[in-house]
Amino acid sequence: MFGYYLDLALRSLRRNKMLTALMVLAIALGIGASMTTLTVLHVLSGDPLPGRSDKLYYAQLDPQDMKGMDSSKEPPEQVTLIDGLNLLHAGRADHQALMTGGSVPVQPEQSSLDPFYVEARYTTADFFGMFDVPFLYGQGWTAAEGEAKVREVVIAKSLNDKLFDGANSVGRTLRMAGTSFRIVGVLDSWQPNPHFYDLNTGSYAYGEEVFLPLQTMLELRLDRGGSTDCWGNGGGGVGNILPSNDCVWLQFWTQLDSPAKAAAYQEFLVHYSLDQKALGRFQRAPNVRLRNVMQWLDYNKVVPSDVRLQNGLAFGFLLVCLVNTVGLMLAKFMRRASELGVRRALGASRRALFAQLLIESGVVGLVGGVGGLLLAMFGLWLVRQRPSDYAALAHLDLSMLFITFVLAVLATLLAGLLPAWRACQIAPALQLKSN
Amino acid sequence: MQIHPILAALRRHRLATLLIAMEVALACAVLCNACFMIANRIALMHVESGVDETSLATVQLTGYEDSHAVDLNARVLSGLRSIPGMQSVTVLNSIPFGARRGTAGITLDAAAQHFGGVVEFYVGGPGSLQALGVHVIAGRGPQADDFQAFTGLMPSDASVQITHSLAEHLWPGVDPLGKEFWLDKMHYRVVGVIDHLVRPDPPGWPENSKDWSIFVPAQPGKLLAGSYLLRADPRDVPRVLRDARAMIAKVAPDAVFDQEGSQTLSDLRATCFRQDRAMAGILVGVIVALLLVTALGIVGLASFWVQQRRRQIGIRRAIGATRGDILRYFQTENFLIVSFGIALGMVLAFALNVMLMKFYELPHLPLYYLPIGALVLWALGQLAVLGPALRAAAVPPVVATRSV
Repeated sequence: MFGYYLDLALRSLRRNKMLTALMVLAIALGIGASMTTLTVLHVLSGDPLPGRSDKLYYAQLDPQDMKGMDSSKEPPEQVTLIDGLNLLHAGRADHQALMTGGSVPVQPEQSSLDPFYVEARYTTADFFGMFDVPFLYGQGWTAAEGEAKVREVVIAKSLNDKLFDGANSVGRTLRMAGTSFRIVGVLDSWQPNPHFYDLNTGSYAYGEEVFLPLQTMLELRLDRGGSTDCWGNGGGGVGNILPSNDCVWLQFWTQLDSPAKAAAYQEFLVHYSLDQKALGRFQRAPNVRLRNVMQWLDYNKVVPSDVRLQNGLAFGFLLVCLVNTVGLMLAKFMRRASELGVRRALGASRRALFAQLLIESGVVGLVGGVGGLLLAMFGLWLVRQRPSDYAALAHLDLSMLFITFVLAVLATLLAGLLPAWRACQIAPALQLKSN
Repeated sequence: MQIHPILAALRRHRLATLLIAMEVALACAVLCNACFMIANRIALMHVESGVDETSLATVQLTGYEDSHAVDLNARVLSGLRSIPGMQSVTVLNSIPFGARRGTAGITLDAAAQHFGGVVEFYVGGPGSLQALGVHVIAGRGPQADDFQAFTGLMPSDASVQITHSLAEHLWPGVDPLGKEFWLDKMHYRVVGVIDHLVRPDPPGWPENSKDWSIFVPAQPGKLLAGSYLLRADPRDVPRVLRDARAMIAKVAPDAVFDQEGSQTLSDLRATCFRQDRAMAGILVGVIVALLLVTALGIVGLASFWVQQRRRQIGIRRAIGATRGDILRYFQTENFLIVSFGIALGMVLAFALNVMLMKFYELPHLPLYYLPIGALVLWALGQLAVLGPALRAAAVPPVVATRSV
C-alpha cells in the first residue's frame, strides 16, 4: 500500500510542477536557514570536554571588603593569588590547578625568524592530567618541579611545527622573555571550544602555544593578560608589579570525581572562608560557588546573544515558510477534490485518503530536506567567511545532518495535516456530480 | 467595485484566506522588527567619535623593556616625525576604536562615597588632544605646564578635559568647570569641556555612556610609551602608516610592531563594528527571503483560486463584466486579505518587540515602522497577485458554455 501511495504521490507532484517546486523551495529555504543557525548554536554551546566536564569544577570565593556588599551578589569570578595557593596546597580535591594567562616573547635560535609573541598559560602541574591534554612527545612537569620554579615549558604542536619542523623537541631549549626554558613536552592538537578554563581570553578558537609553571612565572614576573579586579586599596598589576592580595586574577579548577566529593568540597570552601574571616582576611560571610564546566559556561553566557537572535529569526522564518506550505498544500489537495471523490466512491476509506495525502507531503518534506541541507551547507560556508572568532568552527556534524531530515519531514507532515484533513472532508457524491 | 461579493466568496474559503492572512501577519511582525533592528545597528555603527578619523592612524609597539621606554619614545617620535607628509606624532595611551588602557571608576568625593561611573581615561602627551581634532566647547584645552611627569598609572593630580555627556552625567545642569573628582586617591580638576570623544570600545557600552571620556595631560615616560597617534592629510594616511612601519624597524628594532593594533582609525572603526555590520547584513537577508516566500505563497494560492473559478469568471465575462472588472476583483480580494493580515501583524509586531526587549538591549518599536511595513506588504501583495489576476482576466467568456 505504501508503495502504491508513494507512486500516486510522485505522479501528483509531477502533474503540477510549479506548485510542487514552490512548496519544496519554501521548505528548503526555511530548513536551510534554521539548520544553519541551529548548527552554529550547537557548535557554540557544545561541551568542550565530553565525558570529563561534569567532574571539573570551578571555585569562587568572596574575599572582598564590606563596601558594596549584597548577599545576593555573585562572588568574584576569579581568585586572589593567596587564596589560590592556599586552596592548591590544601589539596582537598582529586586534582586541582591554579592558573592565569598572558603572552611571552619567543626569541628563536634560528636567525631567519624574528622574535614573536605567543599566548601563554601559567599553571600548576595538574592542568594536563585534569583536562586530559594529549601529548605528542614528553609530558608535563611535576608538582614538585613546579614548586621548585623550574625553567621548563610545554609547547603546542603549532609552535613545535614552526620552530622545530614537527620533530621531537623534548630536551631542547626555548628562549622566552630573556630566559632559557627546557622543553619537556609537546602537545598534540588541542583546542577546547569554548575556551572554558579562562573565558577572559575570548571564548572561542583561542589556544595557548606555551605552558609554563605558575610559580616560575611569579618569580620571573612574566607578562599577564586577562582581567584583574581589585577592591579597597588593591592595586598593582602594572609592569613587573604583581596585583596585590586585594585583587582577583587567577582561575582555580578542581577535579571532583563524585557528586559527594563536590558537596564536600563546597563545604570545605565555606570552612575556608570562615577560617579566613577568623584570621581577619575575609570580612564577608562565606559566599562560595562551585560550578562544573557546563554550569560555568551557562553562568558566563558564552554563546553570543547575536547567535541566539539569529536562531530565533531563522525559526520565525521557518514558521512563515510552513504557513506558506500549508496554504500551497491546501490548494494542491483541494484541486484534486474530484480525484479524491472518485477514490472515496470506489471504497477508499477516509483514513486511506489521509495516509495517501500525508505520504505526498512527506515526499515534499524529504526533497525539501535535501534542498535545505544544501542551503545549510552554503549558509555555513557563508558563516565561515565572517569575521567572528567562532566562524571557523561552523561545520555540520552527523547529528545535525540527521536532525535536518527529521525536522524537514516532521515540519512538512505537520504542514500537511490540516490540508489533508480538509481534503478528506469532501463528500464524494458532490464531487462526482459537479463533473 | 462591490466588496460584498468578494467577502461572500472569501467566507467560502475561510481556511485559505486565514492562511494567507497569517503569513502576511508573521511577515509584517518580523519585517517591522528586523527593519528596526537594522536601523539600530546602523545607528550604533555611526556613533560620533568626535575625532578626525580620516586624518589619523596609530602605531602600537610592545615587547620592549620598561627601562628603555623613555629612550624608545624619543627614537620613535623623532623617527616618525621625519616621515614626509606627517603632520604630527604624539603619545596617547588609548586610541578611539583601538587600544584601551584607561577604563576606571571615578568618585565625586575624596572619601569615595559617591560613585560617578566607569569612564575612559585618555592619557596623552603634548599635542595629542589637538591631533585628535576634538572641539573644546567650554573652558580651555591643556597648557604646556599641565603636562606633568608621573610614576603610577597616570598623573595623580591634574587639570583635565571631560566630554560634555560625562559632565552632564556627573553634574546635571551645572557648569562643570572647576569641579573635582577622584580615582581612588588620585585627584582631578575639570578645566575644559570637549563636545565628543568616544571610548575605545563603544559597542560594549550603553547608548548614553559611549562618550564618557576624560583627557589627562601627561609627559610621556616609562608608563606612557609605545602607543602613538599619527596625523596626516587624509590622502596620505595609508602611505604614512606604511612608512611608519618601515621606520620603526629602523629606529626601534628592540620593539615588536603590533600589526593588528597599528592601523588607520578608519580601519579600526570598521573592525570595531564588523559584527554589527554582519548582523545587519543577515537581517537584510532574512527580510528579502521572508518577502520572497510570502510573495510565492500569495502567487501559489491566487493561481489556485483563478483556476478553480475559471467557470465563474467565464460566466461573469459572458454576462458583461470587462477584463478590468475581473482584474480588479482579484486585486481587491488580495488587498482585503493583506489588510486583514497587516492588522493582525501589527499586534504581533508589538508582541515580538516586547519579547525582544526582554532579551536584548532594544528600545520600543517606534510607531512609524507600522505604516511603512503595511505599505511594503500591500505593494508586495498587489505585485504577487498581478500575474494570476491577469491570467484570470484573460479567461474568455466562452468558458461559461463549456463544462470543465
